[in-house]
Amino acid sequence: MAQIFDIFFLEALLNGVLLGGLLALLSVGLNLVFGVVEVIWVCYAELIMASMYCIWWLHAEAHWPLWAAFGAGLGSGAVLGMVLHQFIIRPVLSAEPINQLLVTGGVLFFLQALATVLFGIDYRNMGIRLPSLPVGEMQFSVARLVTFIVAVAAIVATWMFLRRSFMGTAIRAISQDRGVMPLLGVDPGRVYLLTSAIGGLLVGLAACLLVLQYDVHPAIGLTFGPMIFLICVLGGLGNLLGGMAAAFLFAQFISLGGFFLQVEWGQVIAFVFFILVMFWRPQGLFARPA
Amino acid sequence: MTALLAARGLSAGYGAFQALFDVSFEVNPGEAVAVIGPNGAGKTTLLRAISRQVDATSGTLRFDGTDFTGMPAHQVVSLGIAHVPEGRRLFPRLTVADNLRMGAFPAAARVKFDERLAEVYELFPRLKERAGQLAGTMSGGEQQMCAIGRALMAGPRLLLLDEPSAGLSPVMVQAMFDLVRRIRHAGYTVLIVEQNIRQVLQVADRGYLIEAGHLRRSGTAEELLESQEVRRAYLGVA
Amino acid sequence: MNSRGNSPSMYTVLFGVGVIALAVVPMLGLSGYVLHLLITALLWSFIYTCWSLMGRVGLVSFGHGAFIGVGAYTVVLAWNFLGWSPWLTAGLAVLLAVALAAAVGWPCFRFGIVGHYFAIVTLALAEIVRLVIVALRDWTGGTLGITPKPLPEGASAAWTLQFSDKRVWFYAALAMWLIGLAVWRWVDRSIHRSALEAISEDEQAAASIGINVTRAKMGITVLSAGLTCLGGVLYALYQRYINPDTVSGLTVSLQVVFGVIAGGMSVLLGPTVGAVLLLAMSEGLRLALGNDVRGIDLLIYGALLVLFIMYLPRGIVGEALRRRPPPGPPAKVEVGGEGEGEGEGRRVTSHP
Repeated sequence: MAQIFDIFFLEALLNGVLLGGLLALLSVGLNLVFGVVEVIWVCYAELIMASMYCIWWLHAEAHWPLWAAFGAGLGSGAVLGMVLHQFIIRPVLSAEPINQLLVTGGVLFFLQALATVLFGIDYRNMGIRLPSLPVGEMQFSVARLVTFIVAVAAIVATWMFLRRSFMGTAIRAISQDRGVMPLLGVDPGRVYLLTSAIGGLLVGLAACLLVLQYDVHPAIGLTFGPMIFLICVLGGLGNLLGGMAAAFLFAQFISLGGFFLQVEWGQVIAFVFFILVMFWRPQGLFARPA
Repeated sequence: MTALLAARGLSAGYGAFQALFDVSFEVNPGEAVAVIGPNGAGKTTLLRAISRQVDATSGTLRFDGTDFTGMPAHQVVSLGIAHVPEGRRLFPRLTVADNLRMGAFPAAARVKFDERLAEVYELFPRLKERAGQLAGTMSGGEQQMCAIGRALMAGPRLLLLDEPSAGLSPVMVQAMFDLVRRIRHAGYTVLIVEQNIRQVLQVADRGYLIEAGHLRRSGTAEELLESQEVRRAYLGVA
Repeated sequence: MNSRGNSPSMYTVLFGVGVIALAVVPMLGLSGYVLHLLITALLWSFIYTCWSLMGRVGLVSFGHGAFIGVGAYTVVLAWNFLGWSPWLTAGLAVLLAVALAAAVGWPCFRFGIVGHYFAIVTLALAEIVRLVIVALRDWTGGTLGITPKPLPEGASAAWTLQFSDKRVWFYAALAMWLIGLAVWRWVDRSIHRSALEAISEDEQAAASIGINVTRAKMGITVLSAGLTCLGGVLYALYQRYINPDTVSGLTVSLQVVFGVIAGGMSVLLGPTVGAVLLLAMSEGLRLALGNDVRGIDLLIYGALLVLFIMYLPRGIVGEALRRRPPPGPPAKVEVGGEGEGEGEGRRVTSHP
């Protein structure tokens, strides 16, 4: 009996790790944009939803091959990110932060409504069935494994870009001293736009991964959006590594919480844990010094 | 000889507050020119007007004959002017190496990155030692070196230095001015704003005295050092 | 500040006339639909006004859905499973809402969590409440929602607050709205307002002159939470159907903030104007576009929200007041901060 308990517990633990990879990827996009532009994309999850619909429609309705649909998904994410920044966020950058939060909140409503108008409220599925991989007595969904691997690869690629390239260095630098950038020949506006494109690209990638595992629906953003915000704040808003660590932690709460209790309780526990951490380290677990 | 940098009738300010009134000056290739004057005289504003961080309300700015009065700030480096701002403004949580890398951001500078980095490390061996160190953890003198090195990574023809000796210990101040001499001998043209009048006029060829936004006097370094106005301003500062 | 003892200003008179007009409305024999619209408008005006108690001093909460949800579900669950009258459980709900607000607010204020962080922490609270409601599906019905059980024979409608006559609800909502405005006015004119404004401008400076920052923030937060909770109570009893997405969570919390911003945060009637506006917009769109294409009304609504924030950041009332020529000697209620809606105005960053 104890043997079985342990193995399923281990399975939940490992599933938590797999989930953590995905959440970490999601957190990187949001943290990157916030770290540079200092605006939270409240509609972040809805951007992912929009790309998911794009991929679904191109593949399931327009019968594009999967790889092409994925490519379009990546592209749509990047475009959405840039459009969002250029036309919605940039005009309010000099306004109060609450207005910046709200303007992306408005886009949240807008995208949900747009999806409803275009595709209705039915759950849409890609029609792809990926198998399960048995490992001993445990079962792991191949979709989840693939998601984890791709997510980690994307995170590493982003990391390399930030560390090694000139633009990546500029992105890391701009949040430390915005005003000096023009003196170095950097147009901050361009850095913002490019960061938004990269954030959008990560959105697109997340959409590709999510669409393999979940049905898409106009309101799915609400199921994981708030969680991403919490993860980012938990790790210290703008702190990429912190966000990733927080993502894995959160994922364990959800996975193990769901293992012992219902799925929602796992989330509740994770959220309550978040609030408790706020008591203890309000800037986040791994925040930079102000 | 055309001046490398020429300003004519330059006026600039911040909103309702005007900081510079109708100032004209020039910097010739290979020169070291000092801008001196009391606190709040408008010296920093002058440099910021040149690097286009502040708009000129009237007057012109020319670099090698090209009018750049309306140029966007981030294009000034590509023109050939590098500004080391007041307070150095390094990126504290980036390494020395990354800070220097940022200096080479413009496309033309990236191409010559390795070459320039070697030059900078040769000028500042201390930076090479500390290449992997976070810039914010270095001493004031080291940070100043890094800031100047960062500006040099862009391969500028004119270097603007805003109070490079500020906040440094007396020993470091001396080292700083020696550094400026070395930069000059490496061939860079320098426009340097300083509070430390005696020291800067020993390094510079010429100088301008600015008071309350107006150009009061100009001349060679010796002339300025002997002049009444400078003695007055110097005493005022002391 | 308002003149005291003098004859009432034009605004006060107009307001009084307006209230009397409203009070007379139910007697005009208007349709149930119109009454429903008015009740809804009054109710949400009340809730928006309560939110703005915090909002106008820079405490931007994205989590007021938590308090609405607590109010709504506490009274319904207590009635359905315990048979307790809402008069009792409303008090209980308020205590619960206040406890939540205090539990989350105190550490935030004590540790200086402001701005984006504060907004997200409050968002977390709203989501927790929603998740708990869903997780307790055996009692709450989960996402399907819940209805208060109908009255057993012979029970008093007044005791259980189950009135079928909309006119009663109208007066209840009207009273609640007026109470909300009164509280707003009271805070606005009390010393607390100055303290809170000082805090929203510069916390450290405020603390250095002896203002107990944490206590001031706690006070306004707890007040806002408790009153909002009552709004949730009224909503549940009137609508007779609630589900977690309409009374808790991110969506309703965002709508509250939108409503206040749309109307204008710093003015007494700003939130009310916002509520009326949003209601008019959504109802108007629904009527005009019908239910043919599901969601077009929401699409335009969302687009309008975005445009609103971009082009009318001070809200309708704020903008209107900003354009007016300055009045003569002050004889009316001061419009705090020229309708600026300071928010976290102290964060100044230069942006391209």
